[in-house]
Amino acid sequence: MLRNLRQRATLTDIVVWGIGIFIGIMLIIGFYRAIFVPPYNAKYTYFTWADLIVKGLALGGVYALIAMGYTLVYGILRMINFAHSEVFMSGPFTAVFLANALANAGYYEKNPLLSLILVAALSITVSMTVAILLERVAYRPLRTAPRLVPLITAIGASFFLIYTFRGLYGSGIFAYPTIPALQGSWTLFGVFELYKTQVVVITFAVIMMFILFYIVQWTKIGKAMRAVSEDKEAAALMGIDVDRIIVFTFALGGASAGAAGILYALQFPVVNAFIGFVPGLKAFTAAVLGGIGSVPGAFLGAMILGVLESLGPNLFLDPLRINNPSQLKDAIAFLILVFILIFRPSGILGERMTQTKV
Amino acid sequence: MSKRLFAIVSVLILASFVLAACGPSTPAYTCTDKIGCVTIKPGDPIHIAWALVVAGPNETLGVDSRNGIEIAIDDAGGKILGHAVKFDGQDTGCSAEGGQAAGAKLAADPTIIAVIGTSCSSEARVAEPLFSKAGFVTVSPSNTAPDLTEAGNANNYPGYLRTAHNDKVQGAKAAEFAWNVLGVKVAATINDGSLYADKLQQVFADNFKQLGGTITTQLAVDPAQTDMSSVLADIASGKPELIYFPIFLPAGPLIIQQAKKTPGLENTKLMGADGLFSPDVPKGAGDDVEGFMVSSPLVTGAAYDAFVQKYTTKFGKAPISIFHAHAYDAFNMVKAAIEKVAVQQPDGTIIIPRQALRDAMYATSGFQGLTGVLTCTPTGDCANPTIGVYEYHKGQYPPTLIFPTK
Amino acid sequence: MQKKPSDWKIVLQFGLIGGAVSVLLSLVGMVVAFDQRYIISNILTFGQITLFAPIALTTYLSIRRISAPTRGKSLLWAALAGTIGGLLLALLVALGSVVNLRAMFVNATSDLYNIITFGVPVPLGLLVPLVFCAFLGILMGGLYLLTPRWRTTILQASAWVLLFGLLRDLIMTVITPWGIIGTIIGLMFALNGLTIISAAILFVVVGFFTYRGYGRKAEDRWINRLPPQRQKFVRWGTIVVLLVVVLLLPYLLGIFFSDILDNTGIYILMGLGLNIVVGFAGLLDLGYVAFYAIGAYSMAMLTSPELGIAHLTFFQALPLALIVSVFAGIVLGLPVLRLRGDYLAIVTLGFGEIIRLLVLSDWLKSFLGGPQGVQHIAQPQIGNFVFNTQQSLYYLILVFIAIAGFVAWRLKESHVGRSWMALREDEDVAQAMGINTVLTKLLAFGTGAFFSGLAGTLFAAKLGSSYPSSFNFFVSINVLSLIIIGGMGSIPGVFVGALVLVSAPDILREFSDFRFMFYGAVLVSMMLFRPEGLWPEARRKLELHEEAPPEADLEPQPAVLSTGQQ
Repeated sequence: MLRNLRQRATLTDIVVWGIGIFIGIMLIIGFYRAIFVPPYNAKYTYFTWADLIVKGLALGGVYALIAMGYTLVYGILRMINFAHSEVFMSGPFTAVFLANALANAGYYEKNPLLSLILVAALSITVSMTVAILLERVAYRPLRTAPRLVPLITAIGASFFLIYTFRGLYGSGIFAYPTIPALQGSWTLFGVFELYKTQVVVITFAVIMMFILFYIVQWTKIGKAMRAVSEDKEAAALMGIDVDRIIVFTFALGGASAGAAGILYALQFPVVNAFIGFVPGLKAFTAAVLGGIGSVPGAFLGAMILGVLESLGPNLFLDPLRINNPSQLKDAIAFLILVFILIFRPSGILGERMTQTKV
Repeated sequence: MSKRLFAIVSVLILASFVLAACGPSTPAYTCTDKIGCVTIKPGDPIHIAWALVVAGPNETLGVDSRNGIEIAIDDAGGKILGHAVKFDGQDTGCSAEGGQAAGAKLAADPTIIAVIGTSCSSEARVAEPLFSKAGFVTVSPSNTAPDLTEAGNANNYPGYLRTAHNDKVQGAKAAEFAWNVLGVKVAATINDGSLYADKLQQVFADNFKQLGGTITTQLAVDPAQTDMSSVLADIASGKPELIYFPIFLPAGPLIIQQAKKTPGLENTKLMGADGLFSPDVPKGAGDDVEGFMVSSPLVTGAAYDAFVQKYTTKFGKAPISIFHAHAYDAFNMVKAAIEKVAVQQPDGTIIIPRQALRDAMYATSGFQGLTGVLTCTPTGDCANPTIGVYEYHKGQYPPTLIFPTK
Repeated sequence: MQKKPSDWKIVLQFGLIGGAVSVLLSLVGMVVAFDQRYIISNILTFGQITLFAPIALTTYLSIRRISAPTRGKSLLWAALAGTIGGLLLALLVALGSVVNLRAMFVNATSDLYNIITFGVPVPLGLLVPLVFCAFLGILMGGLYLLTPRWRTTILQASAWVLLFGLLRDLIMTVITPWGIIGTIIGLMFALNGLTIISAAILFVVVGFFTYRGYGRKAEDRWINRLPPQRQKFVRWGTIVVLLVVVLLLPYLLGIFFSDILDNTGIYILMGLGLNIVVGFAGLLDLGYVAFYAIGAYSMAMLTSPELGIAHLTFFQALPLALIVSVFAGIVLGLPVLRLRGDYLAIVTLGFGEIIRLLVLSDWLKSFLGGPQGVQHIAQPQIGNFVFNTQQSLYYLILVFIAIAGFVAWRLKESHVGRSWMALREDEDVAQAMGINTVLTKLLAFGTGAFFSGLAGTLFAAKLGSSYPSSFNFFVSINVLSLIIIGGMGSIPGVFVGALVLVSAPDILREFSDFRFMFYGAVLVSMMLFRPEGLWPEARRKLELHEEAPPEADLEPQPAVLSTGQQ
């Protein structure tokens, strides 16, 4: 095997692996210091770590639902829907007005569950609509075009959507009102606090994932989706209306993103036209990390990414004496993206996609 | 067809160059000013520009200042020395990049006499060299970073003044308040990398340590950051009694909310500064804003109350930030200086020598403004400030004054 | 095959789309913002044009589709399409007068409603958009029914009037110092826009020439009827005049517009570089801003006393900064050699963002200045002359563009250039033909990084300072849009793209708020309708236009080729 390796290894491989191993070693040093070496190991309590992990899972829940959209669309059209981050943004940015109207009318106190459901419904509907419109206007005419063209179109659509929403609603501060029923926390073991919003977010994310997984795996339309993603022509020959399935896929991804929007808003109540860009990229990272094209992969990748991102600055970067590591939090996600695409593009659970001609 | 048209146009262009060189020249007032003079013919306006943040998350700050200037212009009858005031400007976005874009655009317009701006100190650091080079007088209603008026500091440029306080005062007052009134012994600070926040939290930290307190850590976040969990976890490990974060929106409200959800910080006191004096703070922080304190300038007096009345009538609601009076005073200072140095020609033209205007501005002394009696130092600090501490309550704006109590 | 939908449906569809777009443009704020600018003084504002243009356009398109037997019927359908569009506008105003739309849509103001109803108060005002749009529809119908000659005449004449109205400020700034000639030309304009008389005269004059010149074939053009020596003389003469104008431009246009030219120039430099990476070699790099940042920060680190690392002059630091940029290009290109298409794009995007975060961080503050950036960067200096005004910088940038353009042009025709195109067409085949793909790709990245780094150093020198917030993803998208619009791989296309995307929004001041909306819409439209760009590479143009029928309909076609893959 070693001989095989020597034959195949080129200079670029050596350099790339070299850089990768270097960064890996740095991370291990950081981790080791954080756990074993004073003063770093006494800085945070176990409860802090646990809290950060829970926060990471909540983040991951949001990423998971957005990643669903990326993975489903990639599976069917072999295309990265760059504008999906705006599909995510449009839901909560529109629903914030309804939320504030409901809160001002007092429904948030009287009937929190119903209010939340209404707001979520609006968010999901708007996101779905944007996704469907995107497909119809920008992507459908370009289905036979070479790869570069839909990608550029998606980038253009993304920009257009960001600034259209900014123009429609304005550039000020828009915030979701506090839900009194979700304030506070449950105390475990007398000391550890589990904040209510985070529990709700994680639970809801898991439920949504199960629903989506069920739809894709066990319903007739899910079967049709998988057929179309395997082989479009064969599916058409089998009598499947390919256009309709594609629209459904976008709608499903859009709905998922709209739901993700509400979960995002529960954690970070301030929304504006730009909240989609970075989470969108991170969700894409998650989808690739888990294996693009795979629904459980998207979930797994998102959870891992969320936790790594949450723990990263305090666990890895701080002990390496990088000051103000939280500024580099996004860089962690991008670094993971770069590494995955270079070293293992098929992701954790995915099929080998990128060595073949894409 | 187009080629022929093109040829004709090119000939015309070349011909007109020749003609322009031979054209009659206007009889000029010999301008001996070091920088230059602006000639304003009868009927032409006097161009005063604004460079404030009027869009984006911190728009209340700039819009409020601009409103104050508009009232000042109204009170002056819309004219200075019989010429109409042309009042327009550029949004600065409360960021270095925005300051640079606005600064470049305004600096390229030689008709501008004075700029009222900028809103945020990080903008000023960038825009001021441009304004200074262009010869303008700049008066800021809300820049507070000490660097901007410190002699010998790289960020201090000729032609710059401000009617807002210097943060050396604000930081000290905030530290005193925390130590004496709140009884806090251990504190931590967060800044957002901007010139304003960085310097102000440092002044606070220095003063707090001098009083005998301990600063556990001084951390930074990115202004656009949404997830504050790692910063707050780090701060929580030091167990501070107070977190002082003199930053802007939207990071401020996010920290307020997330602090309440960080183990160890649920009951820690939170304090900000004038960048977080905005109706968008209770909006963005929701119920968690209860108890959040900010240090800010305190403006009182009968003249001020009358001004607030005018503001409410003209704009339909109460002032949305706290530098409107400072902006009002800034305009009036500029107007007074122009009236002092302008050279009036018999035909109604006025000439404004730029360096003389600057000198007149720096020489302002005993000027009665809404914010107090203004006397400018040679480096540009004109205010005689009083700093108050305010506290927010759920859904309420403006926050209540808690110190000094009346 | 699908049955052709009924006339009713077509009209309904197009009418609704037109109305929806008009409503969208209104709610986004364009209509009110553009209303400040008059095209014809006191008569026609740009805002009104923006508001009603979508409806006019869709009405026109709908008539083309339907098969009306008589002309009268065509006009009737057209009026109907217009009315449907106007109905949506009327609904907007009606809704707005009952419900406070402003709480959600910040631009749903009474100013907007007044523009829609021409100032007539509700409820009578609701009829105004209906009637006006019906009338507009009839106009469009009439336009369609005219002969192509008349149609082109009217459209071209209107376009010139619109252009002059929009460019009033620019023209006035240019001609004011021209003494008598300036005053005469200046009579054309009122305080805001063209005067009625000048608009009418302009319309007639342009119309006259268009009508006369319509349908003339290339051989009939006056220039081609001259004897060969005269032709050569005129051609060279035109080039000389153009050169003179280009050289004199900053003094013609003043400081404000020179600043715009400088920015355009810097983007042209970057565009030339990205054109090599994306256009020649087919490698979609979305993190191009990284090299821009590296160039700027290298210059900052080497020349600014604030950081205290070195204190060289601009021209001393320039080669070093360029070497660093090229090195960075190679280093960032190495890991992505095996990636293609979408994944390459996303990874480069990731790199761009990582560089931005590093430059912004406190960790590297002592080297890179942190969030507050670096100031006092050296400005280019030759002897005693410092390039620190917009006008002097223009010449420096012009020199660099000339060099860069020349280099790009020679590279394109060289062995390396052809390797790049082979790579772009089909990587595996290129490799099979013996092209060293690793070297070729790295060369592409390195060259691209060189140009971008150069642009970065000029940017830093121009501002005298460098701020992390200037180096964000939007810059990469700007440059990418440039070359897409101009035509990927086409060098003159870069200039065209820069003029359209960088100069134009800056010239129309109120447009700057909407510039990114415009970028996005343009990118999508270009990909849908004209993926080869506005000034495409000769090779691609030939390939495309040999096959396409002369009267390509306006229906969105799947783009046939953009990277050469058929």
